[in-house]
Amino acid sequence: MPAVTSEQVEARVIETLASFGPDQSSITREATFEELDIDSLDLVELAQVVEDEYGVVLKGEDMKELKTVGQSIDLIVARAE
Amino acid sequence: MPESATPSRPGCALVTGASRGIGAAIARALAREGWPVGVNYRADRAGAEAVVAEIEREGDRAVALGADVADPGAADQLFGALESGFECPVLVLINNAGISSDNLTPSLRDEDWTSVLDTNLTAAFRLTRRALKPMLRARSGRIVNISSVVALRANPGQANYAAAKAGLIALTKTAAVEVARRGITINAVAPGWIETEMTADVSKVLLAEVPARRAGTPEEVAACVRFLTSDEASYVTGAVLTVDGGLAA
Repeated sequence: MPAVTSEQVEARVIETLASFGPDQSSITREATFEELDIDSLDLVELAQVVEDEYGVVLKGEDMKELKTVGQSIDLIVARAE
Repeated sequence: MPESATPSRPGCALVTGASRGIGAAIARALAREGWPVGVNYRADRAGAEAVVAEIEREGDRAVALGADVADPGAADQLFGALESGFECPVLVLINNAGISSDNLTPSLRDEDWTSVLDTNLTAAFRLTRRALKPMLRARSGRIVNISSVVALRANPGQANYAAAKAGLIALTKTAAVEVARRGITINAVAPGWIETEMTADVSKVLLAEVPARRAGTPEEVAACVRFLTSDEASYVTGAVLTVDGGLAA
């Protein structure tokens, strides 16, 4: 599988998070899930999208560590390599 | 009802253990509501195919799907078959498949315990976990777990069966609150004595304890399941509906 770029992952993560409610413009790398009102069930759904698209399995304990959008993008890119 | 009154559904339904008894009645009831139905069976292929044929005669859609739900791979196998066969997500799951292996607790063997827990509880968990993926994405879904009145009222000789069926209620409540904000409802139906092969040897003495003084029918259970899967039941979740002629009251 060709390595995915950070830009591709960022675009997909932001698109997915936006589908959960927050305004797309508020979803920056620095934004925290708490600020965006992204809850644990949203993160479970994000993990499913990531698994389906990039074959990256994010476990519950991985997700618990994530506080910001940027952290989630970096983790997915690192695992996809 | 004219044929055009049957609503078109955005997904399909899976009923486990649907070759006979309560499961077969539920499969027929959901098909009449317009759901394409996966009629799961473990051993009774002829029974499942008869249920499918009956549904198709009414002009509705169904497919027989062989799988032992106790097999850890069964959930992916069944959902994969339905998703590709009917080309739609599974938005209704009825965890009905169940076995019993009765004995008084001092005589209950490890294999009696394990086999009943595997089929009646663990399989329902695995199927629920698999079902929630497309349901979360669709922001819609209905899961009904067929529990039993023995989860609520002791019945000697069924410690394994009762533990599994009570476990189903706890699974129902917990999963229901986890996903309630996504338009998904998860409920349990707890039948009492229902006329099926499984209860064929239930004694008349036990039936005398039923306030309604009779056994129920699979159709009476299916009617409640049909309601819980309907749009009208959209605010009912985490509930246990007893269908027992008053036995647990």
